Amino acid sequence: MSARRRGLRRLTGHVPQPLMIGAGILIFFIVLAVGAPVIAPYDPIYQDISARLAPPSLVHPFGTDNFGRDILSRVIWSTRIDLQIAFLGVIFPFIIGTAAGTIAGYFGGLTDTLFMRLIDIVLAFPFLVLMLAIIAILGPGLASFYIAMALVGWVSYARLVRAQILVLKQSDFAMAAKSLGFSHWRIMFRHLLPNALIGSIVFAMSDAVLVLLNGAAISYLGLGVQPPTAEWGIMVAEGQAFISIAWWIATFPGLAIVLLAFGFSLLADGLGEKLGVRP
Amino acid sequence: MSTPLLKVDGLTVETKTETGTHRIVDGVSFELQKGEILGLVGESGSGKTMACRALLRLLPSSRLSIPKGSVRLDGKEVMDLPEDQFRAIRGKRIGMIFQNPASHLDPVMRIGDQIAESVRFHHGGSKRAAEERTIELLQQVGIPDPKERSRAFPHEFSGGMRQRAMIALALACDPDILIADEPTTALDVTVQAQILRLLKELRDARGLSIIFITHDLGVVAQLCDSICVLYGGRVCEHGPKERLLAAPRHPYTAGLMGCQPAIGATGERLRTIPGYPPTVDAMPTGCRFHPRCSNEVAECSRRQPPLEAYEPDHVAACYNPVGEAAALPAKESA
Repeated sequence: MSARRRGLRRLTGHVPQPLMIGAGILIFFIVLAVGAPVIAPYDPIYQDISARLAPPSLVHPFGTDNFGRDILSRVIWSTRIDLQIAFLGVIFPFIIGTAAGTIAGYFGGLTDTLFMRLIDIVLAFPFLVLMLAIIAILGPGLASFYIAMALVGWVSYARLVRAQILVLKQSDFAMAAKSLGFSHWRIMFRHLLPNALIGSIVFAMSDAVLVLLNGAAISYLGLGVQPPTAEWGIMVAEGQAFISIAWWIATFPGLAIVLLAFGFSLLADGLGEKLGVRP
Repeated sequence: MSTPLLKVDGLTVETKTETGTHRIVDGVSFELQKGEILGLVGESGSGKTMACRALLRLLPSSRLSIPKGSVRLDGKEVMDLPEDQFRAIRGKRIGMIFQNPASHLDPVMRIGDQIAESVRFHHGGSKRAAEERTIELLQQVGIPDPKERSRAFPHEFSGGMRQRAMIALALACDPDILIADEPTTALDVTVQAQILRLLKELRDARGLSIIFITHDLGVVAQLCDSICVLYGGRVCEHGPKERLLAAPRHPYTAGLMGCQPAIGATGERLRTIPGYPPTVDAMPTGCRFHPRCSNEVAECSRRQPPLEAYEPDHVAACYNPVGEAAALPAKESA
């Protein structure tokens, strides 16, 4: 068999069930996000005062809220924002964290000590409190949320990658790369990091769950996405006041959060199994 | 004699442990001419690998240091070069291949990409040119269907193929000297013979000089032009292959040769050297081989024997050498 075909088979081959279901859920949400204008039956911010607090029916499958907005359409449109939160809220900490972890692990010594103390400082504060403090300083909004996420979230990736690099830099192929006259940066980022990355990628999937819940929590507290934009966290917050007379306002966006988080978890599990990493 | 391509003089490597500072390589000296294949022979722990890693400043731990020693490349001292200038020597002047090619190749990078990276890093040029050069190199080291195989990952190669890829990787930088650290130990005999032939061809075709590290005298006899025998981190005998194998002076060399089984010899018990090589924290005084030596005299445990010349280019460090011929008077070389 040719090398290329064998390489391809390694990628397809046996796909663990969690990976398949997780990927399925994620693809489902991506389709919702992309196709929102077509799929959603109503405008997410159109207020139909005559149909306020309508329970689920054929006209409004998920019911309407206190302004008469269609919950189903709002849940679908929210997918765009929430997927963006999950993606951007993970990618910045991922990049900063892996770079910091690689440098700290590779050079060791004073560099490592400095990075580790910085990480200790960040970890010394409760996660959400630190997030809220940063957002309070920067002012509410999604941009602040991403910046806060990047400032706080990188530490997990840095510690994970650092531990791997510590092992990898002692490896034979690191020395072989050195014997070819390669520079430190080339060895670090072209040879060691790609070998350390798999664990971080798996972790990023489970981290996406936390980021998603954080984003919802921040929006719930009124510091993230601002109304009337549809976002699951805000919808849950808004529905809370009506929970005893109109359960559907908070329930359906809540279920959407649970389902997407579940999808990411399965994806992390399946990917870990497939690539031989335990998250 | 012209200036040797590489001249190592008094190379010493020290290790710091709880029990103190120990010399695992102690004043090793040798020369390498252009196109010469030098065999560095010794048991495990004799310091042969450490000496070569020290030569490239590739010591695996920060507890190891090189307190003294000179390494001259084309007559120019390189040991005191700062690290960023010394890096230009690694790969480009002196390449290295290793015993276990499986762990010395980047597992997540395609073979061809690794070689092309090395080509471009040292010689620049376009991506296309590097790819063509890669295929040329793979062909040169005898990998069939190089274009297709360059797309493979290291784990998709067999042991012999990996060693060939490793050699291609080292050759990509076009070095003058190749240090081969037991490159055939992990391979089976037929593949071993192929790799040895390949190394010899490369020497003939490019005038490559090779330092071949091994514990296998049979391989040395096949491949090398000269032999340097190490014991306990010191050179005990050094000379051209024919003379050293025909008339070894140091009892250790003679003992090593006695350990080689002869094909066809039946019923005879294989000879061994009694005892074990010394460990770094318990080096014997005087000649480090004397506790295991059959030719031991009183002087051996008191003083370290100097290297004495028996022929102009054949030296050994022993007070009571094997064979009758006495040392050449006075003239000492090392």
